[in-house]
Amino acid sequence: MHLSELWFLLVSILFVGFVFLEGFDFGVGMGTKFLARTEQEKRILLNTIGPVWDANEVWLITAGGAMFAAFPHWYATLFSGFYLPFVILLLALIARGVAFEFRSKVGAKQWRLAWDWSIFLGSLLPPFLLGVMFASLIKGLPIDGEMNMYAGFTDIVNLYTVVGGIAFVLLSYLHGLMFIGLKTTGEIRERAHRMAQRIYVIIGVVVVLFVSLTALYTDAFREKGTFLIPLYSAAIIAYACLYYFMYKKKEGWSFVSTGLVLALVTSSFFVALFPNVMISSIDVVNNLTVYNAASGSYSLKLMTIVAVTLLPFVLAYQVWSYYVFRKRVTDKEHLEY
Amino acid sequence: MEELILARIQFASTTLFHFIFVPLSIGLAFIIAVMQTMYVLKGNELYKKMTKFWGAFFLINFAVGVVTGILQEFQFGMNWSSYSRFVGDVFGAPLAVEALLAFFMESTFIGLWIFGWDKLPKKIHLACIWLVSIGTILSAFWILAANSFMQNPLGYTLQNGRAEMNDVFAVLTNQKLWVAFPHTIFASLTTGAFFIVGVSAWKMLKKADVEFFKRSFQISLIIGMVSALGIAFSGHSQATYLVSAQPMKMAAAEGLWDDSPDPAPWTVFALIDTDKQESTMRVEVPYMLSYLAYEQFHGSVQGMKNIQAQYEQKYGPGNYIPPVKTTFWSFRIMVVMGGGLLLLALIGLVLQWRGRLEESPAYLKWMVAAIFIPYIGNSFGWIMSEIGRQPWVVNGLMRTADGVSPNVSTGQLLFSLISFSLIYTILAIVMVYLFVKVIKRGPHEKLPEDVSATDPFNTEGNNYAFK
Repeated sequence: MHLSELWFLLVSILFVGFVFLEGFDFGVGMGTKFLARTEQEKRILLNTIGPVWDANEVWLITAGGAMFAAFPHWYATLFSGFYLPFVILLLALIARGVAFEFRSKVGAKQWRLAWDWSIFLGSLLPPFLLGVMFASLIKGLPIDGEMNMYAGFTDIVNLYTVVGGIAFVLLSYLHGLMFIGLKTTGEIRERAHRMAQRIYVIIGVVVVLFVSLTALYTDAFREKGTFLIPLYSAAIIAYACLYYFMYKKKEGWSFVSTGLVLALVTSSFFVALFPNVMISSIDVVNNLTVYNAASGSYSLKLMTIVAVTLLPFVLAYQVWSYYVFRKRVTDKEHLEY
Repeated sequence: MEELILARIQFASTTLFHFIFVPLSIGLAFIIAVMQTMYVLKGNELYKKMTKFWGAFFLINFAVGVVTGILQEFQFGMNWSSYSRFVGDVFGAPLAVEALLAFFMESTFIGLWIFGWDKLPKKIHLACIWLVSIGTILSAFWILAANSFMQNPLGYTLQNGRAEMNDVFAVLTNQKLWVAFPHTIFASLTTGAFFIVGVSAWKMLKKADVEFFKRSFQISLIIGMVSALGIAFSGHSQATYLVSAQPMKMAAAEGLWDDSPDPAPWTVFALIDTDKQESTMRVEVPYMLSYLAYEQFHGSVQGMKNIQAQYEQKYGPGNYIPPVKTTFWSFRIMVVMGGGLLLLALIGLVLQWRGRLEESPAYLKWMVAAIFIPYIGNSFGWIMSEIGRQPWVVNGLMRTADGVSPNVSTGQLLFSLISFSLIYTILAIVMVYLFVKVIKRGPHEKLPEDVSATDPFNTEGNNYAFK
């Protein structure tokens, strides 16, 4: 395996990990508006993700850093090409991040209302924008021979990509509901179950619609059908199992199922892209690939050693932190957020 | 052209804003870790209270530092895509390591520290804050490794039209890194120490919780004194580095148009005329620049005209002189701030030793104002360092004008610049408001969640207060 292929895999894993972990954070953030009814319930929701959201977000930052180091051209083309979406993503993540910390520091109603909106929009916009971005990546974008992307509004925002964005938002919300089921007790836990059952069918329909549009609007199935069909089949099976697990009230397994669906859908983007990292709608020779966008072999080798050494520790202490905070959050205890 | 100016304004303002929070986070994490260590070792509840009280500032500050940091990680690609393509190989690597090694560590263990007070054994909980502190310091190291490449590019080869890394040891043993890293860490510790000292001085003046704040004052003053000394020594080693590696920045920082006499005097003050290329009304300290540059009392320092001629031969026609006035005055402001801190710390130690801190209200008032001194020094230090490197983004390799994204329009830049400025202004106001609130509350009162229960206008608060 070529080292740049390994790094493509690593960047994909970082994005998949981010979507799996921060996915439920985003879902819980949306739940503060859609699910919680009282101030106390809001705070319980925020405290379920309190200890972990920051580290989950680092998966995205690391994905960006890894792209910068291993695929400078991919990093440069993507981030400058999607300039405005990234500006909005950053504004959303900035508002959301400080909102967690600031919200409960002052009791005034307007104060909390402002930060509640920051948390809600900050949890809704990022999965939407990422969904739009991933979808437009496999659809292809106007990239010139200098690897610069000059995208107009409709290149990024169109029926296909918007459905992709909505699918990501809905899946994140469902994933968040599963996490809430897993981490709370009593009334709000029951309500999360009921809400999930109510929106189960519609979310399934949106995701299937998105996959159908992928077949219609992109070359993905023609080029990578042999990989994508099993991948989406696995996602459909996982989604079917979810129904069974919800019915049987198996919260752990339900959470794993929604996570799996999100992870499989996200991986499908990278499978569809490979060996490209950015597809040009102008001319295929302008495509950025894992080979022409990559760093030199010295850098890749060095970064491989660093990543292989560090990642086990990172995973170990992150898993440990989830173990430390494994108990359900109740209103009997001190709520930090 | 407009795009370039806007992109530069955005980078400068967002980065300077980010660096308001970074030093305080690094400094406070360390001092809090020291306080909690004293609590765990001595079992004295006072130190636990200290840890929690100063920890409240740390967490508010840290949150802003984290979110403004995400922007830092992304904006190289967003606004400086040509730069990113050119240097990603060697500049991106330390950024990736920073994320893998430092960001994961900070973010995971800060979660464990905030939420783990009752869930973790005392010593493991203490280890968490130390790991956060180490994480913040590692983060500084790796980002400075990246910045040092911009100042003094080493360990690369030009290949495929890009700077590709070929020697990581050269990248990591860059002299610039090893003079900038201690300087930045000492400046950060000083920022944290003077913050605690200043707030404590305020509370001592108000005669509130005097024991608590006197003890906080004493611990931090010692850390402040040691780190202010550290700033001075590491600052001196920066000067020796500059003369050999970035002579143009050094000459600009001295307002030196022609080669200096031998021995070279240090300029305290001068009127700089960039059109006529001369500095008049010089007030000088004899021998001192020779000493700063070469650690001996002789030796001449090259002037800008001379270096400009050399660079024209080497890099072709062009203006290689950075904005001289900005570089010159930033340097002086930074030095004066550093000297002021050292002096204030020294006076404080004498007063403390004589046991007369509380009877010196004038000094305490000075120390309240001194909270801001490190911030001014930090900012102008970076302004000098980055402006003094112009017109280069990577010294001698790539001009700043060539690094900007060609596909980001003026309209897009205006939108981002205005929206980032707006949200950052709000963050700054909110943060100051929260800091003042925590200061007023002091270390002994109830936790903030109960504030809502006592707020007569908050009916929701009443609902659950009586549950």
